[in-house]
Amino acid sequence: MKRSGHTGDKVINAVIRVTGYSSILFVLLILIFLLREGLPALSSTPLKNLFSARWYPIEDYYGILPLFLGSLLVTIAATLIALPFGIGTAVFLSEVSPPWLRDILKPVIEILAGIPSVVLGFIGILVFAPFIRKFLDIPTGLTAFTGAVLLGLIAIPTIVSVAEDALDTVPNSYRQAALALGATQWQTIWNVTLPAAKTGVLTALMLGIGRSLGETMAVMMVTGNAPVMPLQLNSLFRPIRTMTATIASEMGEVAAGSQHYEVLFFIGIILFLLSLVINVSASLVSTRSRGRAERLLS
Amino acid sequence: MKEFIIRNLSITYSDENESLKNISLEIEARAITVLFGPAGGGKSTFLRTLNRLNDLADLKQMKGEVLFQGQNILDPQTDVITLRRQIGMVFSRPVPLPLSVYDNVAYGLVMAGEHDRRKLDEAVEKSLKQAFLWEEVNDRLKDSAYSLSGGQQQRVCLARVLALEPQVILLDEPTSALDPIATANIEEMLRELKKEYTIIIAPHNVQQAARVADYAAFFLMGELVEYGSGIDLFTVPKDQRTSDYVTGRFG
Amino acid sequence: MRAPGMDKSKTIQAVGFNLLRLVTAITVIPIIGLVVYIVVKGAPAISWEFISAAPSNGMREGGILPAIVGTLYLTLGTALFSVPLGVLAGIYLAEYAKETFLTRIIRVAIINLAGIPSVVYGLFGLGLFVLFLKLGTSILAASLTLSIMTLPTIISTTEQALRSVPNSFRVVSTSLGASRWQTVRRITLPQALPGIITGIILGLERAAGETAPILFTGAAFFLPQLPHSPLDATMALPYHIFVISTQIPGMPIQIQYGTVVVLLVFVLGMNLIATLIRSSARKKRQW
Ligand SMILES: Nc1ncnc2c1ncn2[C@@H]1O[C@H](COP(=O)(O)OP(=O)(O)OP(=O)(O)O)[C@@H](O)[C@H]1O
Ligand SMILES: [Mg+2]
Repeated sequence: MKRSGHTGDKVINAVIRVTGYSSILFVLLILIFLLREGLPALSSTPLKNLFSARWYPIEDYYGILPLFLGSLLVTIAATLIALPFGIGTAVFLSEVSPPWLRDILKPVIEILAGIPSVVLGFIGILVFAPFIRKFLDIPTGLTAFTGAVLLGLIAIPTIVSVAEDALDTVPNSYRQAALALGATQWQTIWNVTLPAAKTGVLTALMLGIGRSLGETMAVMMVTGNAPVMPLQLNSLFRPIRTMTATIASEMGEVAAGSQHYEVLFFIGIILFLLSLVINVSASLVSTRSRGRAERLLS
Repeated sequence: MKEFIIRNLSITYSDENESLKNISLEIEARAITVLFGPAGGGKSTFLRTLNRLNDLADLKQMKGEVLFQGQNILDPQTDVITLRRQIGMVFSRPVPLPLSVYDNVAYGLVMAGEHDRRKLDEAVEKSLKQAFLWEEVNDRLKDSAYSLSGGQQQRVCLARVLALEPQVILLDEPTSALDPIATANIEEMLRELKKEYTIIIAPHNVQQAARVADYAAFFLMGELVEYGSGIDLFTVPKDQRTSDYVTGRFG
Repeated sequence: MRAPGMDKSKTIQAVGFNLLRLVTAITVIPIIGLVVYIVVKGAPAISWEFISAAPSNGMREGGILPAIVGTLYLTLGTALFSVPLGVLAGIYLAEYAKETFLTRIIRVAIINLAGIPSVVYGLFGLGLFVLFLKLGTSILAASLTLSIMTLPTIISTTEQALRSVPNSFRVVSTSLGASRWQTVRRITLPQALPGIITGIILGLERAAGETAPILFTGAAFFLPQLPHSPLDATMALPYHIFVISTQIPGMPIQIQYGTVVVLLVFVLGMNLIATLIRSSARKKRQW
C-alpha cells in the first residue's frame, strides 16, 4: 500500500500551516517597524531630554515622563474604579443572580463592550465632563478623573467576562461542600469560590489594566491634553495627557522621519512592551486548559 | 487464510504506561475473533492499532509489526486513508455524524471520491439492508441520524462501515449501549457477515464473547494470556487466569 | 436550636448580597441609560437626507453619507483580509497543531496581538503600509491595519468554536477514511460555523468602531465625494465623530448625536446579529 495522491489536501494543509504561523510573523513585523521608526529617537534625542519632565515638541522638548505618569495615573485610577464593579458584577452574575436576570444582564454588558470608545469619549465631553466640573466645582471637567471613569467603563466588560468565566470553572462540589458544612452562601462565595477562582480574577484584573493602558480615543477626548507632571495631590482632578493620546493627537501633524516622529514611535515601543508584559504574564497566570474533553472513543 | 499477522506488538501511551506488551497473534480471515478480558486490558488499544486510529492518540512508542495481507501497516509509508477504508470500525457508543441518515451511510464513499448519485443510492440501500435497517428507515433517509433510536443509530454506524465494502470490521463493545433485543439483532447480523468479512470484536461481556467467538484472545493488563479457538478457550482454557475470568472467579 | 452566630451571618449575607446587587445595578443601569440617552438626543437628526447626502457648509449641515460608506468599505476591507487568515489560523490551532513549543509561541503571539494598544496598530500601519509599502493614507492601508488588529479575535473564536465540537466526530470521520482536511471541511467546520461567524462579526464590530488605527492610515477629515478606489483616503464614522465633537466649533449638537446614533446602530446591530446567530445555533444543535 503506497501513498495515493491526496494532492488537493496537501495544498490546503500547507496553506493552513502557514496561516497558523502568521501571528508570529505579524508580531515580529509590528516590533520591527516600531523599532525601525522609533529607535533612531535614541540617537537624535539626548536621553536627558527624552526622559525629562517637559513635553513641548515645538521647542524640541521631548520629555516622556509626564506622558508616562499620565498614563499610569489614569490606568491606576481606572482599575480602582473598575475592579470592585467588575468583580462585584461577575460574582453577582455567577453566584447570586437568578438565571433569567443573568440572561438579560450579560447581553447588556456585551453592549458596553461593543460601544466604540470614541462614543464614550463623545459622551464624556458633552455630558460627563460638564457634570464633573459643576459637581466638584473645578475650572475644567476635562481631567484625569474623567478619563479614569470612562476607562473604568471600558475595562468593566473585560473584567466581568474573564472573572465570570473563572468563577464558572470552580466545581460546584466546592460550593456544596461548604454549604453542607453550614456556611452561608455569602461565606461560601467569600471563603471558597472567590479564592478558588483567584488566578482567573487576577487575569481579569491584568487584562483590565492592559485595556485601560492602551485605550486612546476616550482618554484623549476627556483628559484635557495637558502634558504636565501629575505629581500634586489634586492631579487626579486636573488635565493630564497619556502616551496613547499624545501619539494620536500629534502624529497627524509631524513629518515622517522627523525627530518628533521618531519620539512618537519611541512611545509606541514603550506601549508595545508594556502591553506585551501585561498580557503575556496574564496568560501565564491563567490556568485555563485547552485539552479536549474526551480523548478517543473506546 | 490469515488476515492479520501481529508480531511483538508493544504500545506505550505518552503517560508512560505500556498498554500492550509484546503481543503476537494471527487472525483468521472470514471468522469472528473476540478479544476479551477485564477493563484496561488493552482491547481497544489493540483494535485501534489495526486501522491506525491510534494515530489520533498521543502515543509515545509503538514497536513490532502488524502485517495486513502481507504488508506491515505500522510502516510510516502506509497509506492510512486507504487502509481505513479496508478496515472499518464500529464504536461502543453509536456516534452518528451530524448529517442525515443517507449522508452518514454514504460518508465513506463520498470521502473516497465517489460522487455518482446512482452508485451512492445503490450502496446506501445495500448496506442498510445488510444492517437490517432498510425497512425501518427507507422513508427517513433525509432525516438527521440523531432522530433514530439508539439501536437504529448503531446499525447506521455499522451500515456506513459496510458501505465501504471493507475486508475487515472492528467492533469495540458495539452493544454496550443497547438493550438485549438490539444486542441480539447485532449478534445475529455478525454471524451473517462473517461469511464475507473478517470480524474482530471486543464484546462487552464474557457471555457475548462465548456466543459469537470462532477464535478468542484473552487480554489481561496489556498481555495476551491465551489465544485459541472459541470452543477451547471457553470450555477448556489452558491458563488458570483465563479459566478464572471465564468462570467469573476473577478478582 | 439555632447557633448564636447564625443570625449574624444571615445578616451579613443579606448585606453582602444587597451590596452585590447595588454594584451590578450601578454597572448596568448607566449602560442602558447611555444608549437610551444617545438615541433620544440623536433620533430627531436622522432623516433620509442625513444618511444619503454629503456634509455641507463646513460639515455643519447636510448628511454623513461619505462617513457611512467609508466605514462600510473599511469593514468589508478588513473582513476580506482577516476572515480567511483568521479562520484558517484558528483551524490550524484547533485541528492541526500539536502542543509543541512552536504552538506555545503562536499562542503567546496571538495574546500579544490582542493586547497591543490600537494606536500602536496605527503607528505600525503608518510605518509598514502607508510609508514602507507606499500605499499612502488609503482604504487599503487602513483595512490592512484593522485586519491585523482583528485577527486575534477571529483566530481565538474560531479555535474555541472548533474545540467545542465533540472529538468523537473526528475519530469516526477518520475511521471512515476521511483525511484531516475532509474531516474539517465536512464535519467540524460546519458544526463550528455559527460560533465562527459570531466571532467574525464581533471582531469586525470592533474594527468598525475603532478610530486610532485609522487616524494616520486612511481616515480623512473631510471628503465631499465618495472614495473611488482602495487607494483613496476615506471619511469614517468613528473618526467623524471625533472631528465634529472636538475640532469644529459651533457644530450643531443634533448632528453630533445623530452621527453617534448611526454608528451605534451599525455596531450594536452587528452585535445583535451575532447574538441571534449564537442562540439559534445553540437551539438547533443535535449533539
Ligand atoms: N488515548 C489514550 N491515551 C492514554 N492512555 C490510554 C489511551 N487509551 C487507552 N489508554 C490506556 O491504555 C490502557 C489500555 O486501555 P484500553 O482502552 O485499550 O483497554 P480496554 O481493554 O479496551 O478496556 P475497556 O474494557 O475498559 O474498554 C489503559 O490503561 C488506558 O488507560
Ligand atoms: Mg475498550
